[in-house]
Amino acid sequence: MTPQGNLMVLATVTAGRESELRTLLASMNRQPGVVDPDNALVPFRRLDRIHFARFVILDDRTLDDITIYKLPRVDYPLSVAFIADFDGPQNSFIDELERIAGSGLARIFACCGFGGGDLKAWMKEHRTKPAANYVNTVGRTMLEVREEAALRDFICTYLRGAGAPVVAKMTPAQVRKTLRELVKSSGIKLTPPAPTPIGWRISQLINFITGLLFIPLAILFLPILIPLGIIYLIILRLHETTDAEVDRRAAPDVQRKLAEIEDHDVANQFSAMGSLKPGWFRLLNISIGLVVINWTARHIFTRGHLGRVQTIHFARWVYLNDRKRLYFASNYDGSLDSYMDDFINKVGFGLNLVFSNGIGYPRTNYLVFDGAKDEQKFKRYIRRHQLPTEVWYDAHPGRTAVDLARNTRIREGLERSSMSDADTRQWLQLF
Amino acid sequence: MPSAIDKSDVQGLVRTAFNDMIEARFHAVEIIDVTSARAWLQSVLALVNNSVAPKEGGDPAQKERALQLAFSWSGLRKLGVPAGTADGFSLEFQSGMSGEANRSRRLGDVGGDAPEQWKWGGPNNVADLVVMIYKIDNLAAWETEVQGPLWSKAFREVTQPLDTSHLDNDIEPFGFKDGLSQPKVDWALSRKAKREEFDFGNLITAGEFLLGYPNEYNKLTERPTVAEKEDPNRILMPAEGAPGRRDFGLNGTYLVFRDLTQDVRGLWQFLDKQSAGDRDARLQLGALAVGRTTKGDPLVPLSEKPIAGIEPKEEKDNRFTYDSDPTGTRCPIGAHIRRANPRVADMPSDTKGFFKRALRLLGFGAPRPDDDLVSSVRFHRVLRRGREYGPELKPDDAVKQTTPDGIPRGLRFICLNANITRQFEFVQQAWSMGTKFAGLTEQSDPLLGNRTAINGCLTTATFTVPQDTGLARCIEGVPQFVSLRGGGYFFLPSIRALRYIASLP
Ligand code: HEM
Repeated sequence: MTPQGNLMVLATVTAGRESELRTLLASMNRQPGVVDPDNALVPFRRLDRIHFARFVILDDRTLDDITIYKLPRVDYPLSVAFIADFDGPQNSFIDELERIAGSGLARIFACCGFGGGDLKAWMKEHRTKPAANYVNTVGRTMLEVREEAALRDFICTYLRGAGAPVVAKMTPAQVRKTLRELVKSSGIKLTPPAPTPIGWRISQLINFITGLLFIPLAILFLPILIPLGIIYLIILRLHETTDAEVDRRAAPDVQRKLAEIEDHDVANQFSAMGSLKPGWFRLLNISIGLVVINWTARHIFTRGHLGRVQTIHFARWVYLNDRKRLYFASNYDGSLDSYMDDFINKVGFGLNLVFSNGIGYPRTNYLVFDGAKDEQKFKRYIRRHQLPTEVWYDAHPGRTAVDLARNTRIREGLERSSMSDADTRQWLQLF
Repeated sequence: MPSAIDKSDVQGLVRTAFNDMIEARFHAVEIIDVTSARAWLQSVLALVNNSVAPKEGGDPAQKERALQLAFSWSGLRKLGVPAGTADGFSLEFQSGMSGEANRSRRLGDVGGDAPEQWKWGGPNNVADLVVMIYKIDNLAAWETEVQGPLWSKAFREVTQPLDTSHLDNDIEPFGFKDGLSQPKVDWALSRKAKREEFDFGNLITAGEFLLGYPNEYNKLTERPTVAEKEDPNRILMPAEGAPGRRDFGLNGTYLVFRDLTQDVRGLWQFLDKQSAGDRDARLQLGALAVGRTTKGDPLVPLSEKPIAGIEPKEEKDNRFTYDSDPTGTRCPIGAHIRRANPRVADMPSDTKGFFKRALRLLGFGAPRPDDDLVSSVRFHRVLRRGREYGPELKPDDAVKQTTPDGIPRGLRFICLNANITRQFEFVQQAWSMGTKFAGLTEQSDPLLGNRTAINGCLTTATFTVPQDTGLARCIEGVPQFVSLRGGGYFFLPSIRALRYIASLP
């Protein structure tokens, strides 16, 4: 298995070069929200390890919010991020990037302080690691995605066309046998997974055990933890009951600009940023929250769902400016409103855990309750913090995470040497 | 929070579809003279039906005739409703059904159904208001009375008056019994929505259909208010939770109008072809596409337990969920009514017991891989209030018709909801038009879908009928049967708000 890697290059836009940068980024799109996968600057299609990639200008429109804490507004310099989720290790990906898109990237990053020279070194210098990262299905490579999609389309085309009369009178087992033979003779390639890198395995194991260690430790220190927990709760309630909400609609023209680039594909991009509430308590809160999310995403939510949500392909949480601000990015299926509904109803508690540490978030109770369940406030909060993603690339347009999972099940079923009748019927229902 | 709903302040359409009044006509108009329009409004105020039923002491005349009025944002602005209401009116209402390319993409209003192609309500002929006129018989006289002498001075019709027809046995033009399933509105304000609801229920909080009352999140939906000085005659009620403001939104709601044509001949001839000319088979296939037989019977067995908000008299039509049919072998997952109301609760139906609940909350323990893909329906209900038009064309005759008779038939689809995006748009987009609804792919609603190609998908024109035996029956090349000729997003104000509008200087 080849685990996915990720990269985020974050750089400050040189004063006076913002509009040049925007023009360059816009030139990669056929129309706002629709990238040209063969564009001259970063020909994504040729970077065939990429699942999703984006350029986003981190232009926070909510910097004034901090003044509700009687703190002065800070004008952070404008920055731009390039983000990619891809197969395999980061280093070789950066090599490929330079080889295939080096000149285009150099032009883009020239607006952000890249003065020529070693682009790879420059990108590495400007890397930012996510505090938490989520991958829908760990180890499902783009090669696998493409091969399985081709397999599924091939079988479906057959079943609906020439194959329909052939399989009409067959038993489920005979149908499966027919399909297996057909696929074999068709020359459709199903590459077996590559061996899992040993280094990755070890680091996973260490990380897993470190996380687990907290359980016995917690039991051991229970006598101390209980009073600490009570103190924590008191402080939490003090914050929760006094933290001010910032409840405003995003300006209509901003909302229109966001909408303009959404819903061109069955999947969508989401980018948002905001400032964290000041003070050590909220910092502690979010630090723990993101460590927990990252750990569970690495070890528990690795097979197609984050909690009950099955529509997120990749997601990341990134601290900015010494943990004063947070950036969130995701690639998800459906439209933003259905995504938000899903979130509110299915993982409201998880959202609250993290985002309630952001300034102005709808009031939570006991960290996980309410908050997002104040539906319209939450949606206004989201829209207000959302950033237009200037360029967005989806390597498998038209296919949702559920589609990819189904295609994997089709392949697995096809490759199994034997199958019970009940399983065969279930498998055939996938087409 | 208010303790009771003043039904005399709510337009009657929220309470009833006026089904006894089988004659109806809708006028979509543009205001050409504001003074006359306001004077006209003054003149008809007393004629607008409210929601007090005659047996509850309502005006007996309300049994025989009805008038209802709904305004678009442009209409309200022309009539002088204060600009500040923009902060409370939803953005989708203000931008309108045809106002943004993104909205059209989401609703499936593209290609031949794009707003530029509409007969009315498109970018160049948005209606300022719809005037909805109903009568038990002899509609024309009532219409003349309503229109009065000011009508043609005040308004220009943006399209020919929208006629309706009443087909025997409450069927819609395709020949299926309609109007069977509606959410039951909690007029008594007895329901307090819980954080998590474990059972599908049909009793829905009033706030989902009326502004000013708690909704399914137990919150008030955003609504428009005006400053006290903008309401010098104190016609409106003080706005709760907004000191110094008066409530323009209270007891009002949003009305979504979609003027749909139905290709009755096209549907039945396609079904006939798929059924090799067999009458029973094509009726059955039609039932699978709708999710009910032509007579209205559901395709899944009734639930053992009663369902909250399903009255005894409608149990045989509506006491069911799809829990007994997870794979859709009885009622296809993609059937129109299963898409439009999947009848699921906040958590999957097998979530009983603490441990199981916790497991499911984290997304584990699903009985099937494609389980739990659909949003809880209580946040996505609409009150359907549409009317058919065109003469009946029976399925058997539709099959025989060699050339189209050219007579338009269809549905003036109307629905009411407090939050257009979360309710109507969600149902339309994520469920009906969604080609990926509930883990399906390459298909949208068999009745409503526009079959538009999607980048990366082989097709969107299939309809799959799952089979217990394994491979689904896959109907391919499904044509478009329903298309959109016009429409808009409107606000159905309270009676007080109507008086307020009429009184504006
Ligand atoms: C010409 C177009 C349409 C036709 C022919 C049609 C037909 C039908 C029929 C025959 C039923 C079954 C009767 C019932 O359960 O009450 C039904 C139910 C329903 N339809 Fe439609 N419909 C159309 C458009 C729409 C649209 C545009 C929507 C909303 C987006 C919609 C939403 C619903 C809902 C919510 C139900 C009730 C489902 C339930 O609660 O089980 N329909 N429709």
